[in-house]
Amino acid sequence: MDLVIPKIDVVSLGPELILSIAAIFVLLVSVFLPKGRKDPAAYLSLLGIFFAFVSSIFLWGNPRYSFNNMILVDNFALFFNSIFLIAAGLSILMSVNYLEEQEMSHGEFYALILFATVGMMFMAAGSNLITIFLGLETMSISIYVLAGFFRRSNKSNESALKYLLLGAFSSAFLLYGIAMMYGATGTTDLKGISEYLSKAAYLKDPMLLAGMGLLLVGFGFKIASVPFHMWTPDVYEGAPTSITAFMSVGVKAAAFAAFVRVFLYSLWNLQPDWNHVLWILAVLTMTLGNVVAISQNNIKRMLAYSSIAHAGYIMIGMVASSELGTSGILFYMLAYAFMNLGAFGVIILYGRKGEENLDINDYSGMGFKYPGLALLMTVFMFSLAGIPPTAGFVGKFYIFSAAIKSGYIWLAIIGVMNSLVSVYYYLRITVMMYMKEPVKEFAGLKWSPSMAIALIIAVIGTLLIGIFPSPYLDLARQSVQLFM
Amino acid sequence: MPIDYLPIFAFLVIAILFAVVTIALSSIIGTKKPIPQKMMPYECGVDPIGSARRRFSVKFYIIAMLFIIFDIEAVFLYPWAVIFKDMGTFGFIEMGVFIVILFVGLIYAWKKGALEWE
Amino acid sequence: MIPLSYYLILSAVLFTVGVIGVLVRRNAIVIFMSIELMLNAVNLSFVAISKHLDSLDGQIFVLFVMTVAAAEVAVGLAIIINLFRNKETVNVDEINIMKW
Repeated sequence: MDLVIPKIDVVSLGPELILSIAAIFVLLVSVFLPKGRKDPAAYLSLLGIFFAFVSSIFLWGNPRYSFNNMILVDNFALFFNSIFLIAAGLSILMSVNYLEEQEMSHGEFYALILFATVGMMFMAAGSNLITIFLGLETMSISIYVLAGFFRRSNKSNESALKYLLLGAFSSAFLLYGIAMMYGATGTTDLKGISEYLSKAAYLKDPMLLAGMGLLLVGFGFKIASVPFHMWTPDVYEGAPTSITAFMSVGVKAAAFAAFVRVFLYSLWNLQPDWNHVLWILAVLTMTLGNVVAISQNNIKRMLAYSSIAHAGYIMIGMVASSELGTSGILFYMLAYAFMNLGAFGVIILYGRKGEENLDINDYSGMGFKYPGLALLMTVFMFSLAGIPPTAGFVGKFYIFSAAIKSGYIWLAIIGVMNSLVSVYYYLRITVMMYMKEPVKEFAGLKWSPSMAIALIIAVIGTLLIGIFPSPYLDLARQSVQLFM
Repeated sequence: MPIDYLPIFAFLVIAILFAVVTIALSSIIGTKKPIPQKMMPYECGVDPIGSARRRFSVKFYIIAMLFIIFDIEAVFLYPWAVIFKDMGTFGFIEMGVFIVILFVGLIYAWKKGALEWE
Repeated sequence: MIPLSYYLILSAVLFTVGVIGVLVRRNAIVIFMSIELMLNAVNLSFVAISKHLDSLDGQIFVLFVMTVAAAEVAVGLAIIINLFRNKETVNVDEINIMKW
């Protein structure tokens, strides 16, 4: 038997390898650290994230397949890498004090965040369904544990159980879809599938279409699109807040990365088939997310429904299926990372153990007591609502204009109407903060340097992308050029 | 070819017959004197203590979890072992890396006290 | 020679049994077992297709799925045990502090 050992291009896996090694190292260090002193683990993880970021920058602009076509390190993957690293880094910065206050400071927390990030990177870089599935599971399993990390809290347990059961359920669907694809096309390689479909004379093979449908279900669960969104509010509400932030940005971005790569690249020839479905799903997702968010009184639940709505906006970019639409998705994801992480950061800082201050009414009068924090929250809420001059506005603008250019005018109109609806519940928080009398005594904020850094980065990111969007849009464009 | 399965079928029939015949014979020929000791569930010949349906210690679950992980991950050793000779040093190093990662997991479990019984 | 479609139908039936199990049963552990059944139904498809196409990809995929499933089981058991310690139940209908 001839055995050809594939060329091993370790450099192309730089970011993933650095993070994996950092995660293993953090795990070992945290076991040997004295009890209760776990911030070295956090700083080590941040160091790992920094080096992974640097190595992603070095790989930029030099797309290549490696490991026998299992991995495709192109600008698309690297752009998403930077989103994952920003999400992981900011979540870790927000967690340091949060965990100590909740008496849950364990080094494993940081190691798990790093492992989840590695999984996300493999999802974005995977050019074979095997790699994408393994990345998805690496990410999901870490997140299951993280969601239940506050192991004495019933809510956190419940959140972990629900996420675990529904997540595993959905990945079984995804896996079945992969099996169908494999059966219909004879390969799990994304390029191979695309080549098969471009040559195939007959594209109505039931196995192929069933496979596509199941893949759609699997990805739909992870991006929290309607009708696969039921887990989102419960899981987001129950999980530790910094993990909710990480999930809402990182998991969503990773799922979109794989979703876009599989559907817009591999299954491009089936575009007429999936486009209608996505059109309907996008409309349902936006509308349900926004309408239900209005009636929520828990701010984490409200942001969960808002994240469903944002998944809907991003799906518009997929329906547009043009270069502009795809770069719009990347841009929007970057903007969403900063604004959503920032909003959750404010929530973490405003609450404390035993008094989480998660009810929206708890925010009334906050603007007089803590003007700085209220100002930050206002910026993030404006950005989520899509009001200029913030990142959220520019992101929505690009996505909607991509839809119009591709001829989906109604979709764009529905999108704009939805963002008008969303203004109501985002601004409700702002109104509470500035125009209502406080309903309770404030116990004082516990600023910590790491939390301050995280919030400053988030607010600078939100405003910078909003005011000077063109460099970031150029980066997003470069990331999808070789792709379509 | 169905004919290829004939020996297996014959084997199946003989196996079932053997089981049925021995059980039937012993119940027909054997003497039956039920006494309380004989009616008890067999636990190595000692009188059983308490009900069999009691709750197990959580420690068993931790051992089970560790077992599942380390046992199933070894599945990768099988395809590797099949082509080990063709892969040479490269294959050896590659599997070494894999084992080291598993070993880190073991060290972690050890230091966390998951392997201690008390 | 048994045709490929038989395997695929068996696999689809097993998968459906798993799905129904997840939807109908209320014990978290049984739900979890049903999910494992779904994964193994897919494994059956992979192996059958792999044999049919004479390509090894499917069989390699099965190895990965098995290990991933094992990791999921370990994490799942841990989460369920932890929940049981706090709430003394594994019935998903009683795990309802937050609305479903």
